[in-house]
Amino acid sequence: MIDQAVTDLRLSRRDLFRLGLVAGPASLAASCGWQGGPLQPKLQAVSRFNDWVGEKLFVSNRRLAPQYPISERTPDEQFPVYSRTRPPARVVVPEDWSLEVGGLVRNPQRLTMAMLQAMPRITYTVKHHCVEGWTAIATWTGVPLATVIALAQPTDEARYLRFDTLDSGYYNGWDLTSAMHPQTILAYAFNDGPLRPARGEPLRVYSPIKLGYKMTKHLSRMTFTSERPGGFWEDKGYPWLGGI
Amino acid sequence: MSEPREEPLEAPEESPEPEAPPEEEPPPPPLVPLVRRHHWLVRATHWLNAVLLLGMIGSGLQIYNAFPHFGIRGEPYLPNPWDNTGFPLGIRLGGWLAGGLNWHFALAWPFVITGLAYLLYLGVSGEWRSILFRASDVPRAAQMQLYYLKLRKEHPPQGKHNALQKGAYSFIFLLGVLSVLSGFAIYKPTQLSWLVAAFGGYELTRYWHFWAVWLFVGFSIVHVLMVFLVDPASLRAMITGKYRGRFPSHD
Repeated sequence: MIDQAVTDLRLSRRDLFRLGLVAGPASLAASCGWQGGPLQPKLQAVSRFNDWVGEKLFVSNRRLAPQYPISERTPDEQFPVYSRTRPPARVVVPEDWSLEVGGLVRNPQRLTMAMLQAMPRITYTVKHHCVEGWTAIATWTGVPLATVIALAQPTDEARYLRFDTLDSGYYNGWDLTSAMHPQTILAYAFNDGPLRPARGEPLRVYSPIKLGYKMTKHLSRMTFTSERPGGFWEDKGYPWLGGI
Repeated sequence: MSEPREEPLEAPEESPEPEAPPEEEPPPPPLVPLVRRHHWLVRATHWLNAVLLLGMIGSGLQIYNAFPHFGIRGEPYLPNPWDNTGFPLGIRLGGWLAGGLNWHFALAWPFVITGLAYLLYLGVSGEWRSILFRASDVPRAAQMQLYYLKLRKEHPPQGKHNALQKGAYSFIFLLGVLSVLSGFAIYKPTQLSWLVAAFGGYELTRYWHFWAVWLFVGFSIVHVLMVFLVDPASLRAMITGKYRGRFPSHD
């Protein structure tokens, strides 16, 4: 029996070499944090395809994110804040701030905070998902984005929404379906208090159906487009849809 | 000793051992016939899966490094020997979080497709009968374990796989399915909130997904060890499909 095994081992030496041919690239691929080299454009193409699948298959405006009791809120100081600028961008004269809604719309808007706060509002306590993998629960209050979209009346060519900020060129592109989701809001309150500067004062996008980096803070302009806008992190390689 | 590899050899006749004089060459070891053991689809999906799993683990560890904890913010983290530990660059794939995510979500497609192709083949060909662990395999697996522990002298009779192998392979299929399902749940936790709930919530889903990695790693190490220690001929069978070894190739 042992002879037999040895014979087999000898016979399979060439096979071992073949195995090496397979294992070589595999271990190379898994080493040194390889970003993909010449394959990187292909990886980005697959990421675009995954966005498409995510948009067609997974984004449903009938599926709502679960809500949590207020008692399950993450303590404010434990809920991380990521800002491009330190200290965070601020509006010097709050009365001067307004939200510009334009692009492919029939009724361009310039909305003041008073106008936004006079609109119907919703409040929910939901789980925040960061692309890094952490989660935190908080209460957000704001105007459903669908309400503002209905005011502006996008034209038939409008397929995407671009959010611009006061904050050092940070921007995001969204699909309209996610923008119309009943839980996607323009938030002006966090945990029952005003939106603190680091949380995106005076107004920010919030939605429990996307990852944190899709939720533009310090919102200043909304533009409807037919071409897909990029995004600050998205242009650097993060998944564009960021839909969860 | 270089036989033509692809040609099936006739089974050796039971020949009486001639008393050979010592200066002559020793008789060659008895040859068992070369038989077909693995369909090409099984071999292709096996090796593809090995490479893809490596890539999934490398990119997964890259993603882990962005937040090396399990649990919601503000609460104690779940027990984890790698808590707050980054994995070294040498075993990561992607270089940074976005790179890891893009690799992970790109490799996930062929990973799932090869897995489904293999399982479909098992179902259609009837091969599942020789590999699926069933209740009747429990006592046989115990006997096999006794044999490996040298508490039983003779090798228990077996078909294509022994009962312990069936258990290990069935477990790894199940682990593959659970990894894919938990992966989808982490990918779309809001849209698939029912799936997240089935795994015990988002944080636990991430946790199980991570533990699956170490079960895959443990399985793979034992799997490769057993190939070389118990049945080296099976390596050739998994590459060329042909097997000349000590175990049956059909149940």
